[in-house]
Amino acid sequence: MKTKVAIIGAGISGASIARVLSRYENLEVHLIEKAPDVGWGVSKANTALIHGGYDDDPEKYPTRARLCIRGNRLWHQWAKELEIPHVWNGALIVATKEEDFDELERLLERGRKNGVPEMRIVDRDELFHLEPNLTREAIGALWVPIVGQIGPIPAVIAITENAVANGVKTHLETEVTGIKVENGEVKGVETKDGSIEADIVINAAGLYADRIARMAGIDYFEIHPRKGEYWIFDDDVPGPKRVLFPTPTPISKGIVVTTEISGHLMIGPNAQDLPPEEKEDLATTREGLEQVWEGAKKLWPQLPPRSKVIRTFAGLRPEPTGGDFIIKAEEEVWGFINVAGIRSPGLTSAPAIAYEVAEIIERDLGIELKEKEKWNPYRKEISHFFMMTPEQVNEAVKKNPAYGKIVCRCNSVSEGDILEAIERMKFIGVKTPSVDSVKFRTKATTGTCQGSFCRPKIVQLLAKEYGVEPWKVTLKGKGSEIGIGDVKVLLRGDA
Amino acid sequence: MFPRIPMLSYDVVVVGGGPAGMAAAIRAKELGLNVLLLDENDYLGGILPQCIHPGFGLHYYKEELTGPEFASRLAKRLVELGVEYRTAARVLEIRNYSDLEKVVIFTSPSGAYQAWAKAVIYAAGARERHAFEIGIVGDRVSGIYTAGEAQTLMDIYGIMPGKEIVIVGSGDVGLIMARRFALEGAKVKAVVELMPYPGGLARNVMILRDFDIPLYLGHKVVEVRGKGRVERVKVVRVDENLNEIPGSEFWIEADTLIISAGLVPSVKKLKALGVEIDSATGGPVVNDRLETSVPGIFVAGNSLLINDLVDYVAEQGELAVEGAKEFIENGGIESRKWVKVEKGENVRLIVPHYLSGDRDVYLYLRVARPMEDVELRIPEIGKRMKLPVVKPAEMLRIKLKAGEIRKAEKLTVEVVKA
Ligand SMILES: Cc1cc2nc3c(=O)[nH]c(=O)nc-3n(C[C@H](O)[C@H](O)[C@H](O)COP(=O)(O)OP(=O)(O)OC[C@H]3O[C@@H](n4cnc5c(N)ncnc54)[C@H](O)[C@@H]3O)c2cc1C
Ligand SMILES: Cc1cc2nc3c(=O)[nH]c(=O)nc-3n(C[C@H](O)[C@H](O)[C@H](O)COP(=O)(O)OP(=O)(O)OC[C@H]3O[C@@H](n4cnc5c(N)ncnc54)[C@H](O)[C@@H]3O)c2cc1C
Repeated sequence: MKTKVAIIGAGISGASIARVLSRYENLEVHLIEKAPDVGWGVSKANTALIHGGYDDDPEKYPTRARLCIRGNRLWHQWAKELEIPHVWNGALIVATKEEDFDELERLLERGRKNGVPEMRIVDRDELFHLEPNLTREAIGALWVPIVGQIGPIPAVIAITENAVANGVKTHLETEVTGIKVENGEVKGVETKDGSIEADIVINAAGLYADRIARMAGIDYFEIHPRKGEYWIFDDDVPGPKRVLFPTPTPISKGIVVTTEISGHLMIGPNAQDLPPEEKEDLATTREGLEQVWEGAKKLWPQLPPRSKVIRTFAGLRPEPTGGDFIIKAEEEVWGFINVAGIRSPGLTSAPAIAYEVAEIIERDLGIELKEKEKWNPYRKEISHFFMMTPEQVNEAVKKNPAYGKIVCRCNSVSEGDILEAIERMKFIGVKTPSVDSVKFRTKATTGTCQGSFCRPKIVQLLAKEYGVEPWKVTLKGKGSEIGIGDVKVLLRGDA
Repeated sequence: MFPRIPMLSYDVVVVGGGPAGMAAAIRAKELGLNVLLLDENDYLGGILPQCIHPGFGLHYYKEELTGPEFASRLAKRLVELGVEYRTAARVLEIRNYSDLEKVVIFTSPSGAYQAWAKAVIYAAGARERHAFEIGIVGDRVSGIYTAGEAQTLMDIYGIMPGKEIVIVGSGDVGLIMARRFALEGAKVKAVVELMPYPGGLARNVMILRDFDIPLYLGHKVVEVRGKGRVERVKVVRVDENLNEIPGSEFWIEADTLIISAGLVPSVKKLKALGVEIDSATGGPVVNDRLETSVPGIFVAGNSLLINDLVDYVAEQGELAVEGAKEFIENGGIESRKWVKVEKGENVRLIVPHYLSGDRDVYLYLRVARPMEDVELRIPEIGKRMKLPVVKPAEMLRIKLKAGEIRKAEKLTVEVVKA
């Protein structure tokens, strides 16, 4: 008989756990997510860094310190197996004052303790050789070559696709409202659409992990949101080659200046603590954005004019009581595993978190895991027109002429790319057609014009493939429909 | 260059099938040039097919037409003449190998091609400024559209975006969209304009009175809030220096926010070629043949500068192609000397930037601020023109004679009190 596992939350943590557990023949894995698509929680809006693992103090935050470096190493493998867009460009933690070197020495020491390879302090000459346009105030830096960047939502999508290909069942738009516990043992979860039986329940609910835990009667921690805001600039604005950090302060890693993987200069985040109940407040604010601007200017003095901004956004870090990741099988409720408080560096740590959970299942729940004879570690990346040579385009159009037709002009996304995205959305169980689902798979709408040319065309494609009226297509799930009806709806008095 | 992709060959390739590109392609054919017109949309006409209101063609056709009518007249002529064109064909890159060897790489449902040409006319239009670019913060929700996107949704795809509308920007586009929404039964709750005066033509400002739409001059939208959909927008008053006045904020409830905050010429492909850009127009620096700083690359329409009248756009397309013909025949656009055109008092932008004095030209210009009873002057040649009113929203077009131009070393255009 198979052990049924319910994972709550299809963020980077839940998806990674699903993938790792899909390897075992004696598990039946269900991935449950309240949003219409995967990766739309905390994993959606962050700095997208695969951190180096040097800044978490192993005394204070042992789990973070241990899993970050292990996660970094695992991403090298996962990014290849799953064809996740990434770059390993390294980071510079920049000193602008003599005192900063004391902190850099501390980080170097800590990094060594955590097992971070190849770090060293570079002098001014080498620093400017690595990053010529850095502030002239810079006097040296800590150079961490193992830092990288990935597409966080593309990563969640890739991992989920691979998990589903290996037998994981997804339940999207399924909000967990209760945990079934009998005689101190977990029995499953209740959702708005009925219950799902399970022998093991894994709580990877991000900002809501405290609520989910309380549903199982566990209330020793609370999660509060800490907001971070960002600016992204047009792709013709030059950015740095490496990830640039200021020397950290006791409160924050500081505002990063980086060229994110699709080639846009990005600056952020600041850190603003919100009350525990404001877990949906993803609004950008003037104050926050200005703070980021000022912070970034210190490292990168030639910030572009505001007319070069193509987007601002905010993310919420799930900050747990105590500050360390909470990853454990809870003793009061057999079969209930918390993966809570996965704040930064949670993205980096996710693959390591997933293996940790598998170990917990074996060690603490005593379930012997049997590997499948055939498990497929590979997943193919979606076709991207912008990565094709003209010769490859001509090969692709032989299969389907849509690959030759551009829909998103800023990022050169073809109709073929979009149709493939829709197919993949259906493959993992996306029920409500949304422009954002297409966007995160193809990059359409994320360029200079921010979708004003291509969104109406994407809406048409979604409407056709999902068989709904175009105005019912959503931006990002129910309640965000593109329109209210056909153009005469108000005159007819139907709306 | 790409040995394995099909190679085509022309005198002129025109990029963009809006009015500028169509007029260029028609004229090219009339002049006996071998021409190819490319547009990425499934239909020709650029943005005209979505502009179903009248107001097009008074100069060019001496009749008032709607956008689709104007476009279909050009398209009909194009077909009659047998101009070769392709739709659903997106130009990816333009390469400049030498003066008479350009390559336009494009993709289409039948695959990627390289079209070699002696000259290229770039008429790719413009894009609209969006909410992030004008500094609006808050929630990222459905219901925020640029005017052009809303127009496309309504007039191309038949979708009603929402029912309670706030419009940012009182230029012609914003005003026309205000009417469009009102005509379909939506409640337009406000048109919000940053400047102390409306941005559009007087006849379009009348729309607001006709439909009882409040206009907030000297105000800006700064924030949007909502869950899935826009629920309310925050408006704040600004002073003469456009600084926000603390305490003047108020909220308007609405489900839709339309951004009509101006257009930006689409010139990324030209920039990639090294074409010099004028920061005032956002388009390239050109001579009186509308040739850019890269020989043999010409530009017309909204890619050159933002036009309010389609008639001028079509005129620019023709002019550019006449330049291309000269370029091809003489191996370049030559001039004894180039007379530089400079911006004087109250002139925000002016095109073309260099005049040869070999021919008469139209200068297109915009003022920086509205004024009454003024004169447009070019002191170097003693030219003076009386103008009762000038507004930034209305592009001025003035004719200079070749003889006048030749007299000067440079020309400074200014708009001053008479
Ligand atoms: C501003 C910022 C910057 C960051 N930068 C970095 C960085 O550079 N590098 C790095 O390593 N980390 C970074 N992080 C941290 C990283 O983003 C998180 O650690 C990680 O994304 C957490 O993933 P998760 O899967 O645990 O949570 P989530 O992605 O939030 O996933 C949880 C999921 O659970 C779902 N859910 C919640 N409640 C329910 C319910 N009742 N029923 C069903 N589903 C439910 C949610 O919808 C969500 O999709 C950053 C975070 C922020 C906010
Ligand atoms: C709402 C609104 C109302 C207006 N009202 C009036 C009015 O009443 N009267 C009036 O005279 N004018 C009006 N105008 C202005 C007029 O429509 C424009 O000035 C004119 O259409 C610009 O023409 P264009 O050819 O330069 O550009 P466009 O019409 O934008 O055409 C450019 C074409 O090039 C294509 N293209 C771009 N890049 C590529 C590429 N790489 N490969 C292939 N194709 C490409 C585009 O898709 C587009 O089809 C209005 C404009 C708007 C938006």
